[in-house]
Amino acid sequence: MAEKCEVVSQTGMEIAIIEKKMETRIEKQHRIIGAEFMPDENLSTKGNVMNKIETKNVQCWYGDFHVLRDVSISVEPNTVTALIGPSGCGKSTYLRVFNRMNDLIDGFKLEGDVLIDGKDIYDKNIRVNELRKNVGMVFQKPNPFPKSIFENVAYGLRVNGVTDKKLIADTVERSLKQAAVWNEVKDNLHKNALGLSGGQQQRLCIARAIAVQPSVILMDEATSALDPISTGKIEDLIADLKKDYTILIVTHNMQQALRVSDKTAFFFLGDMIEYNDTKEIFNNPQHEHTRNYVGGRFG
Amino acid sequence: MEMNTKEKIIEGLLFACAAICVLTTLGIVAVLVIQSVQFFSEVPLKDFLTDTQWTPLFADKHFGILPLLSGTFLTTIIAITIALPIGLTTAIYLSEYASNTFRSTVKPVLEILAAIPTVVYGYFALTVVTPFLQIIFPSLSGFNAISPGIVMGLMIVPLISSLSEDALYAVPKSLREGSYALGSTKLQTAFRVLIPAASSGIIVSVILAVSRALGETMIVAIAAGQQPRLTFDPRVPIETVTTYIVQVSGGDVPHGSLEYKTIFSAGLSLFVITLILNNISFFIKKKYREQYE
Repeated sequence: MAEKCEVVSQTGMEIAIIEKKMETRIEKQHRIIGAEFMPDENLSTKGNVMNKIETKNVQCWYGDFHVLRDVSISVEPNTVTALIGPSGCGKSTYLRVFNRMNDLIDGFKLEGDVLIDGKDIYDKNIRVNELRKNVGMVFQKPNPFPKSIFENVAYGLRVNGVTDKKLIADTVERSLKQAAVWNEVKDNLHKNALGLSGGQQQRLCIARAIAVQPSVILMDEATSALDPISTGKIEDLIADLKKDYTILIVTHNMQQALRVSDKTAFFFLGDMIEYNDTKEIFNNPQHEHTRNYVGGRFG
Repeated sequence: MEMNTKEKIIEGLLFACAAICVLTTLGIVAVLVIQSVQFFSEVPLKDFLTDTQWTPLFADKHFGILPLLSGTFLTTIIAITIALPIGLTTAIYLSEYASNTFRSTVKPVLEILAAIPTVVYGYFALTVVTPFLQIIFPSLSGFNAISPGIVMGLMIVPLISSLSEDALYAVPKSLREGSYALGSTKLQTAFRVLIPAASSGIIVSVILAVSRALGETMIVAIAAGQQPRLTFDPRVPIETVTTYIVQVSGGDVPHGSLEYKTIFSAGLSLFVITLILNNISFFIKKKYREQYE
């Protein structure tokens, strides 16, 4: 079981690397011939292989409340995408579309296509826990389980049927190292995780998420409860994790979006107003709402 | 009347109300201790704790509390063995699987179980459960420990399920989400995250249920047989501490006699046990409160 998991995710990783290579090659070619790089959406009917994540005309409701209207976005692999906008505009709902976390809410309804690696994740044959293993999530408030640091990171492996002690110990160590928290906790692995500081807890939660080897990581305002130093550490970490994962973050911190993201989507009252390279969104916004928001005039 | 005087009188009344509870408790303890001291001046404590027979009402008198304690613990263990799995499963179902409307309907209905008079449970054990068990185990005596034990277990199910459900429900949503986000199922989340996180509340609910079972009188008085016997065999008649007290208080034992004083020593034993349990539950509550915050 464990070996199978590894094989699957390794192939996933290889595909991502191949895709990345192809993408850079095409980009270069386009640059040489002076054309703008713009993947043609008509190329595939069910998802473009270039895109890690793609949504087409996604609409969401909580009961009668229409929270998201017609959101279409394509995300390339190994990039960081920031979702920004005022509170209550559907950013978090949109983020939670990708690991089907909204399914836990009574009365949630979704229309449209949500594709990850070209597969419709709302297809009835999709196994939701497999999907959630592939799409990790870090929450606004650090939420370690009331267990030891080691058990927190091992949890995802255990619930997915991994029993090999050595594999678990190795994965825990690797994940904590990758989440840049290993040096601070390595002597206290069997102490309760609730004794850690907020910033350490949040990096522990990141380690917990990457321990099950997802390919996408969702971060829902993951630094909003942290002090500037911890926030800086996590931003560095995001830049570092980008080489292995595709990352989507929701943030209210404009500077953070500017610092860490490649692309930014601006949400306003349930509509995705503008989606573009982060630099463009901040330096040359096309819509008045976007301009006002990133200029700090509201929100 | 002047305002100040009025205030003083009201304050005095409020104090008197609060004092009634405390004084009652002190009074009970005082009666238990005074009568027990007199009892122990005639019967050595060593005999009381080590003698294996309890026959204060017979010609050949023995004052060993062990047969009564064994009866009490036997019925309590049977009750908890029944109530813990059922109560905890019910709590998990109500808190994690049932819809809001279902939970708000079923929970009060479950709590009605706790409102049935225990004398009714007693007759239920004697006239329904025992005959039914005798079909399966023909050697079962008409009075026995297993039947009242099972019925007592059913009686305390709501105590465990209701308090445990409160404890599970109070576990922050963020922990559930954290667990689901790692690909775990509802069942895995319930057993690996929620129960450990809510363990202090669950343990407290079990201790309260144990205290309730230890002190239960009517069910065992009716269905267990009133025969003090040092045994852990659930098929034969036994007697619990509470049943013995009922038997003597209701009988024609002269007040002030040694036989009469036995009920105070028995009562004191029970009081000490439940007091210890209550303190354990208080300690757990205090130590593990809001552990996940």
